[in-house]
This record gives sequence, C-alpha cells and structure tokens, in this order.
Amino acid sequence: MKKSSLTKLDPKLLAQIHDLMVRARALEERMIRMYKQNEGYFWLGGPGEEAFNVPLGLQINKGQGLEHEFLHLHYRSSAILLGMGMEPMDALRQMKNTATDPFSGGRNFVNHYSIRKWNVVPVTSTIETQYATAIGTGLAQRKSRRPDCKGITIVNGGDAGTAEGEFASSLVWSTRPGEELPILFIVTHNAWGISTAAATQHGEKHIADRARAFGMPAVTINGTDVEESWAAIEEGMKYVREERKPYFIESKVSRLYGHSSASGANRAESEKDPLPEFEAKLEKAGVLTRKEMDEIRERYEVEMREKAAKVKTEPMPDPSSIYDFTYYKQRGKYF
Amino acid sequence: MANMAQAIRMALHYGEENLGVQEIFGEDVGPPLGGVFTATQGLRTTWNSPLDERGIIGAAMGLAFAGVRPVAEIQFCDYIYNTIDLLKLAGNACWSTNGDWNVPMTVMTPVGSGIRGSLYHSHSFDATATHIPGWKIVMPSNPLDAYGLLISCMKDENPTMYLKPKALLRVKGDEAIPGEPPLTAEGEKQLRDMIDAPLGDRTKWKPKWPKLADFIVPIGKAKTVRTGSELTIVSYGRTLPLCAMAADQLLKEGRSVEVIDLRTLWPYDWEALSESIRKTGRVIFVNEETEVTNFGEHLIRRTVDELFYELEARPRLLAGKFTPGVGLADTLEMATQPQLPNIVEMAREVLAERA
Ligand SMILES: Cc1ncc(C[n+]2csc(CCOP(=O)(O)OP(=O)(O)O)c2C)c(N)n1
Repeated sequence: MKKSSLTKLDPKLLAQIHDLMVRARALEERMIRMYKQNEGYFWLGGPGEEAFNVPLGLQINKGQGLEHEFLHLHYRSSAILLGMGMEPMDALRQMKNTATDPFSGGRNFVNHYSIRKWNVVPVTSTIETQYATAIGTGLAQRKSRRPDCKGITIVNGGDAGTAEGEFASSLVWSTRPGEELPILFIVTHNAWGISTAAATQHGEKHIADRARAFGMPAVTINGTDVEESWAAIEEGMKYVREERKPYFIESKVSRLYGHSSASGANRAESEKDPLPEFEAKLEKAGVLTRKEMDEIRERYEVEMREKAAKVKTEPMPDPSSIYDFTYYKQRGKYF
Repeated sequence: MANMAQAIRMALHYGEENLGVQEIFGEDVGPPLGGVFTATQGLRTTWNSPLDERGIIGAAMGLAFAGVRPVAEIQFCDYIYNTIDLLKLAGNACWSTNGDWNVPMTVMTPVGSGIRGSLYHSHSFDATATHIPGWKIVMPSNPLDAYGLLISCMKDENPTMYLKPKALLRVKGDEAIPGEPPLTAEGEKQLRDMIDAPLGDRTKWKPKWPKLADFIVPIGKAKTVRTGSELTIVSYGRTLPLCAMAADQLLKEGRSVEVIDLRTLWPYDWEALSESIRKTGRVIFVNEETEVTNFGEHLIRRTVDELFYELEARPRLLAGKFTPGVGLADTLEMATQPQLPNIVEMAREVLAERA
C-alpha cells in the first residue's frame, strides 16, 4: 500500500474504515432484503451514515463502567457498533426477532441495541429521550464527583428530534456552572424527520448554534466525508475527555433508503452516497484498487446472505417468557 | 417520635452512608432549602437541579445505568405527568433488553390532598404509577414504614417509586425508628435539635445524625393494622389512618372491621388481601385518586375474578371524585376527597348489605 497523498490518516486505517463501511452497508442492505422477503416485520437503520459512524465506533474506548464511554444511541447506529466489534449475526437476529437476539430476545425492533458490557444503554424508539439519559451517565462521570475519570458519555440523534424538550434539557444540564458534564453531543442531520423537511420547521441556521449559546464548542461538519468526520470526532473526544466539558458535533449525513420500511425502504437516488466518494479517493490515493474493493463488497454480501440464512433456522422466543425480566433476574409470572 | 419528613431524611442519610446512594437531587432538594417539605435537609449528597422534570428522570436513569444509585425527587406529583414516557422507559429497560440492563433508581414524589393544595398540589399518582410495568410502587402511612420502605427502595435493583402522602409528612409516629431518640417529648425535641435545619442562616449548620440502623419494610408486604371479622378495608397513604379511625368508631358500635395498609401498591400483597377478604366476605378499597380507572378498580376486578363465590356483599371502591381537579375551598376539597365520615358511611352500607 502506498502512503495516501490526499489524506492525513494512515492508509491502513483508511482501509479498515472502508472495510467496515462496506460491511455496515452490506448488513443494512441484507436487512432491508429480509424485510422485503418477509423475514422481519420492520426495518430502520443507518445506510448513508457510515462515513461518520465507522470513525466514531473505531475511536470509542469500549468497556463496562465509568472509565469507558457510555453510549446513548439513535436507531441508525449499526456502523458505530460494527466499528466497535459487534457481530453482524446479532443484528440479523434482532431483525428476525429470534430468541437468540442478544439485544432484546426478539422483543424489540432492529437496530435497538443493548450491550451492557460495552456501556451501550438500551436504544429506544422514543425520539430524543437518549439526550435525557445521557445527562445521568455524564453526571456520574463529571469532574466535580470523579476528578480522575477518563470515560465520557456520547449521545447521538437526528435533526428533527432536536425540537423535543430533552435536547434543550441536555444542553442546560451539561453546562451548569462548575458542574459541566463530559458529553460528546452528536446530531446526525439528514434534513428529514420521516416526511417532514427540516427546512420547513427549523428557523435556526445551524443546530450547532443552539449548543454555542451554552458556551460549548460546536462544529457543523460534512458527515459523508470520512476524514472530516474522523478529525471532528477525534478533536471532540479529546476535548471532552480532557476538559470534562461538553462538545457538540452537527454532522450532515444522508438517508439512503428513506426513513424506514414504513416508507418502502427504497434507494433514494437524490441522496449523496458516502461510499463511492470515499472509494474514488482511496483508489486515487492508491490505498485500495477497484478490484480489491469489489472483492470486499462481494465477500460481505456473501457473509450477510449466509448469516441471514442461518438466522432463519433459529428459534422464536418462547411464549411462556412474556413476563421474564420485568424485574431484574425475575422469571415467570410474578403477581 | 420522628415525623414522616424526618423519617425520610433519616432513611436517605442511612442510604448515602451505607447503601451506595451517591446522588439525591431534584428541584430545591439541596441546600439551603432541603426540599419543599424539608425531607432532604442536611444530607451529604443532595443538590438542586434545573427546573426540568424530564431532565430529572432522565438524569436518574443515566445515573442508574452508571451504577450510581440515585434518589430523585419530583417536587409534587402534579408535575410528574410530563415524564411519563421516561418512566415507561425506566420500567421497560430490563424487559426490553431481555434482562441485560437494570435500573436501580428511586423517585420520590409527594402525592394527594389534605393541605388545601387546589388543582396542582393535590393530585394523586397511584393510578398512573401502577399502570407502568417494571416499577415497584410504595406509599407509607406512618414514619416507621416511611423509613423502612425507603431503605427497601434504595436497596432494590429496579426502579422504585416512593409516593409521599403529603398530608402525613408532619404526623408523628408511635413506633420507634431504630436509633432515634426516645419516644418522649424530650426525645422529640432532641431529634429536632439534631436534624432539623434552623430558621434563618443555615450556611454553617450541620446535622447530628442519630446512629441509625438497617430496617426494612419488605416491598410487597401489606400490614394488618386492625383485626376484624366482618369487613375488610384496604387502603394506603393519607386515607389509611382514616380507615383505622373508622374501624375504631365502628367497634364501639359492635362491628368488627379489619384494616389493611397495602404499603406496596405494586407488586402488591394479594396473599394478605385474599386471605382477609375470604375471612370477612366483604371489602372496601379506599384511596384518594380519581375514581375512574382507579387502582382500586383493578383490586375489585381481581376480587371478583378470584373470590366471587366467597363474597357476601358487593366489593366497593371509595375514591376521589372524577373531577378535573380538587377545588381550593375547604368545602370543595372535603366534597371531592374521601374523608372519615364517607368511610364510616360506606362501611355501614357494606356491613348492612345482604347478598
Ligand atoms: C417521541 C416520539 N415522537 C414521534 C415518534 C415517531 N417518529 C419516529 S422517527 C421520527 C422522525 C425522527 O426524525 P429525526 O430526529 O430527524 O431522526 P431520523 O429518523 O431522521 O434519523 C418520528 C416522528 C417517535 N418515535 N418518538
């Protein structure tokens, strides 16, 4: 591999990012196909956000407890999780709502992760509530309580959701004088809330301006560009980790297959695809050849097809389990 | 002879010193006020939050995820309603993750009427709270239970909702909290001097805590406060002492009424309830929540489902009137919320009924 001329990032890292982006895309496209083949009731996910989400996943210090990152994630975060090392098979299991789904045991929609050993708190369908729960892990990691803590809290969500109260709550709570919270705020701005264009509802020029009003550093970046994303995340994380104060990234991303399966999950041709753009750069810089990239794509499509076929053979949840885990470690009907 | 507010304070002190509670917070919970009902005065880990109920519940959930056992307060339950989807999320986090996460957090909030609080300081929350699966819901009716239930909540691995009957917060107990000064006028003053913040400047004040002991009222255990054979009255919170008074009054008329303090609303002590109802064949459920889709209606449904052929009279509910609010004027509050004469009257009716 030649050293890239266009980039500041190490070619090995660029190749790794590319590999994960393709894998994430292949995973989401396989899940869309599963939906269309009646192998799952509902799909929504993150194709179009890979150029931002893979660099984020790769930079996370994952693990359990306050010294690691706490993640309060949106439902378009598959590429973050793959970047952290998630097995795609597990996402496919949730897509098919099998008993083996490790995130919810067949109870929740796809891309609704929960991985306690990595501090991934339950992804919820309720828009923006993750910005409220992020306050809490941020409080637990704040400097006034734990001066030596190095872990940080990361929260992401969509642009339309910023109209909800929790968004304002999180800005207020994370900037209380002397009690600032180590939170990396991310808004992935795809310019839509289902069918409603952001431009028809939001008068603020940048969502990041709202964060600026609270005195936190805030940037608006092109989240379809790998290197711009990597750099912004790196800087934001470093700031939060060292200063123990919040940092805000508004990342402009694409929504390649519409909102969800409810709107058809068909490819939106008007949306910019970060992958071919990145691949053109990689080719030009001599990091990867077209042939190599085609092989990667082929490999992951086969992987996902085979895994999806295997998932089909796995058991559905046991109807007698409906009361299990209403309370911690509880099983069976308890009242 | 602690009152309920002091009992709560002592339990919280016990929690922050012994049970890993690290954050006690909410609107005006920290110094200088220590809570609008003084229930959080003098504690080590209290602080004032922004005026933001959704933020408070979200913060408590995150703290619980982080393993930093929080106790959060919503200043009045009248203002908890805008947090319901977060309460649902706290309640479903364990279930939705198939047991991966648990959310050990306690939310305290004052409920009910009795202080002439008009529309927005008289609400109850038990109907809504018991409608959110995954929570444990408790409501004490005396200081000792207030102490023991709160310690149980702080020890629990699940979200717990601690409903404080605001009309009873100043009522003194006749059972000693382990460690409190003697139950005499002298002991009462001693406790006040030790843990009540002085009026005026409090910047230099520090409480002197009595040496408190671990004492729990188990979640899910009701308490029989009057034993009787002809009628069972089940209640909790503000109306519980009224039910006990009604039983005493009826005893003078030669009637034998059993009174059960439910203490835990969910998951409740069906064993104790069904045993008592089987014995007496007659039951009244009393609470001050509005009567339509009231928690007592669930208890009646279960009574009918499981004990119908053992009943000697219709099971009844005495609850708050289904009005948009509790009116401020004394006459309005009295007419809206169950009072002692209403309980006695309904008890007489049920005792007189022939199946
Ligand atoms: C509180 C709440 N209100 C409404 C919905 C229904 N809903 C689901 S997604 C969505 C749009 C969200 O848009 P945005 O925040 O921009 O995120 P995106 O889906 O574009 O990533 C809506 C309205 C919901 N899930 N939660």
